[in-house]
Amino acid sequence: MSVLFIVLPLALVVVGVAVFAFVWSARSGQMDDLETPAVRMLHDDND
Amino acid sequence: MSINTLRVADASASTATASTAASATSTSATDTACAHCGLPVPSALIDASASHQFCCTGCHTVFGILHEHGLDRYYEFNEKREAPVQASGRSYEEFDHPAFVDRYVRTLPNGMVRTELYLEGVHCASCVWLVERVPLIVSGVVRAELDVRRALAVVEWDAGAVPLSAIARTLDSLGYPPHPFRGVVRDAMRKREDRAMLVRIGVAGAIAINIMLAALALYSGELNGMEVQFTRLFRWISFGLTVPAFIWPGRLFFTGAWASLRTRSLHMDLPIAIALAAGLVRGAINTITDSGPIYFDGLAILIFALLVGRFLQQRGQRMAADAAELLHAIAPVSARIVDAAGSHEIPTDALLPGMILDVRAGESFAADGTIVDGQSTVNAALLTGESRPVSVASGERVYAGTHNIEAPLRVRVEEAGETSRIAKLMTQVEESARRRAPVVQMANRMAGIFVAIVLTAAALTWGIKYQLNSASALDDAIALLIVTCPCALALATPLAITVSVGRAAGRGMLIKGGDALELLATPATLVLDKTGTITEGTTALSTWIGPEWVQPLVLALEEGSSHPLADGFRRAFAHLAADAAARTVTDARHVAGGGLEGDVDGHHVRIGSPRFVLSALGDDATSRMDATIREGLAGMERTLTPVYIAVDGVVVAAAGLGDRVRDDAQASLDALRAAGWRTIMLSGDSPDVVRAVGASLGFAPSDAIGAASPEDKLAFVERLKTSGRVVMVGDGVNDAAAIAAAHVGIGVHGGAEACLSTADIYLTRPGLSALVELTEGARNTMGVIRRNIGFSIGYNIIGAAMAVVGILNPLIAAVLMPTSSLTVVLGSWYGKSFSRASLRSVS
Repeated sequence: MSVLFIVLPLALVVVGVAVFAFVWSARSGQMDDLETPAVRMLHDDND
Repeated sequence: MSINTLRVADASASTATASTAASATSTSATDTACAHCGLPVPSALIDASASHQFCCTGCHTVFGILHEHGLDRYYEFNEKREAPVQASGRSYEEFDHPAFVDRYVRTLPNGMVRTELYLEGVHCASCVWLVERVPLIVSGVVRAELDVRRALAVVEWDAGAVPLSAIARTLDSLGYPPHPFRGVVRDAMRKREDRAMLVRIGVAGAIAINIMLAALALYSGELNGMEVQFTRLFRWISFGLTVPAFIWPGRLFFTGAWASLRTRSLHMDLPIAIALAAGLVRGAINTITDSGPIYFDGLAILIFALLVGRFLQQRGQRMAADAAELLHAIAPVSARIVDAAGSHEIPTDALLPGMILDVRAGESFAADGTIVDGQSTVNAALLTGESRPVSVASGERVYAGTHNIEAPLRVRVEEAGETSRIAKLMTQVEESARRRAPVVQMANRMAGIFVAIVLTAAALTWGIKYQLNSASALDDAIALLIVTCPCALALATPLAITVSVGRAAGRGMLIKGGDALELLATPATLVLDKTGTITEGTTALSTWIGPEWVQPLVLALEEGSSHPLADGFRRAFAHLAADAAARTVTDARHVAGGGLEGDVDGHHVRIGSPRFVLSALGDDATSRMDATIREGLAGMERTLTPVYIAVDGVVVAAAGLGDRVRDDAQASLDALRAAGWRTIMLSGDSPDVVRAVGASLGFAPSDAIGAASPEDKLAFVERLKTSGRVVMVGDGVNDAAAIAAAHVGIGVHGGAEACLSTADIYLTRPGLSALVELTEGARNTMGVIRRNIGFSIGYNIIGAAMAVVGILNPLIAAVLMPTSSLTVVLGSWYGKSFSRASLRSVS
């Protein structure tokens, strides 16, 4: 069970990375429009 | 904002489409499909020598553009716009105007420039693809990005390489006529607020969930036994996670509480901060001393729930603000300007000072300005409350939103868009809408009492238990502080009111303050103005006695007259306009104070007051009159103005014109009375007319008061106020003082400027039915608020009782606290207040 002492802090680091990613995405405006990007990814042409 | 404007534009575009489609079918459509939009191609347009067929030149142009730039992939999309391309074909030269650039175009650090454009006709995935390929079509454009839901495109380009008008022309020819977007600054502010709130919620949520996981381990450990080292680990992890939740997202409540203390104005943030702080301190001590409960899971969820509640509240207010902008629809969406190149339509947004407007009869002015050419009458009822048209001539000033009645005018624009008188008015409305409702402040006043009660209860719990030598005295007192965190109470009123105000705005009722809703919830005295409120406020034909063949003659003769009665005939006989126009009118003559006479198709026609018409017909004219006319006139209401029509020396018809009672007046008044309201009609009109209208609508003779001057109206309302709540409904400047004096003032559709700014509630749709809906909605809203407060106090009493007795364990607290907040949030959102369906055709 003492593996918890390593796994838990590790899990928290992962959470930290996820929170950082979320904060970055929200601040850079990726959450402003939640509709168009869903449509845009369908246009996968090479231009 | 212009979401609504755009809807209007959208609607007109689709009508245009429909009519084009109809004309296409009328010229016999074929089985050949248009290579661009897929609609049938009219036989006349089939070109046997061409490889592709098109239904219109618009589609042909777009096909050409796409093909030339290698964008044929467009045609591979399943979801396409199945409508002919409706390019406006405008030059968009005003987009290059320095004033336009100054206002709408920003320069970016990399030397490029950016603007935001509303696009008409945007609706699906292929639109996104096409609009975002504009950089491939127009060289010089660096980026084009479309927000499909708001139909808002961000365009960046090199100002040295290509003018904005060229980009606009391309978008137009692709079938997306662009319009400048006005709210850039406010939009940026909103975005910043939204992002900051989203970050707070995200962080608080992530922390709360992880603390919950640790708490789950701790609770199951308590049940099944866990080694002390692991318990300690989980407790320290919870503590470590709670601290950032407090200093980042949770800081909002502490700064709010501090501001509340500093300004000595009590606010709900204060008891919230007390509870949060008590929990954190006690939890920290218990973590360090390794004994007793920690409250971190409950606290973290609390912060998260409160933030979500605030976010919803923010969005509710946005909804109301967006709906308030429906008022902007009063000014026309597009305007016709005249310049060297001739006359063309441009969006109102693009109007700039100095442009010359061409305003035809029956159109509204799109901007404030001075008449440079022409002479007409203007209905300025909206701004002045004067229902009678005012004559205007060259050199006189006209205002946006008022109506040109009679003849075409040329107007030089002086103030357009946000600086026009009507736009300033709207800003005022919005500002007062943002004013916090006193009912909310009442909830905040409750916060003071709340803090006192909770602190006393906590002190007593600790004191008594300490005397009894109870080991848990301090823990129980702190548990009480935490569990009574009044988050649900803090959300109860503002949330319910915000939701109602937003929904009401969608239904054409702009409520400027939440207190008005509370005052309308129970029946009281309702004082109504007559002209323009109960009646339509314009002269309309209400009785016609005589054969129909006379009607076109009347219309033909009245055609050029600016008299309000002529206006009534024109409106009533609008369907005969073509017939009337085909007739030849000669020797038309206007007799002041009498009427009109002239020859129509060789028949001599006289229209006017009975005295004027009869005077030319000899003494026996009355006896030669048809019996039905005589009887009809005898039975005509005294409120109407009688008009005789004589053709070739015989009175053949009679008409009664007057200010018609609104169609929904009777039903609405009945509904209000049934709900318990006392209705009083207070008018400046002559007592005779007021009595007659009052009697027909079921007012008691003493409750239909005429000949009231504005001062009388004010005094009347003041007097009524001494014996109870008074709601005043009116439309004109003459009602403004009474509206301001009443407990609740309501301005009706088409009301005057003064009325609009002093009224607590403004109805943007005509008729009295909105009043009925308003009172019902207010009653329902107060019901939701009472239920919310009941729930939150109930939760608090249960929690506090458990804490005092000492059976409140952290698990129960952790469930109880967020549940109470969520109950209130959901109760407000799904509570029955105003109908959710919004009216598209408001104003």
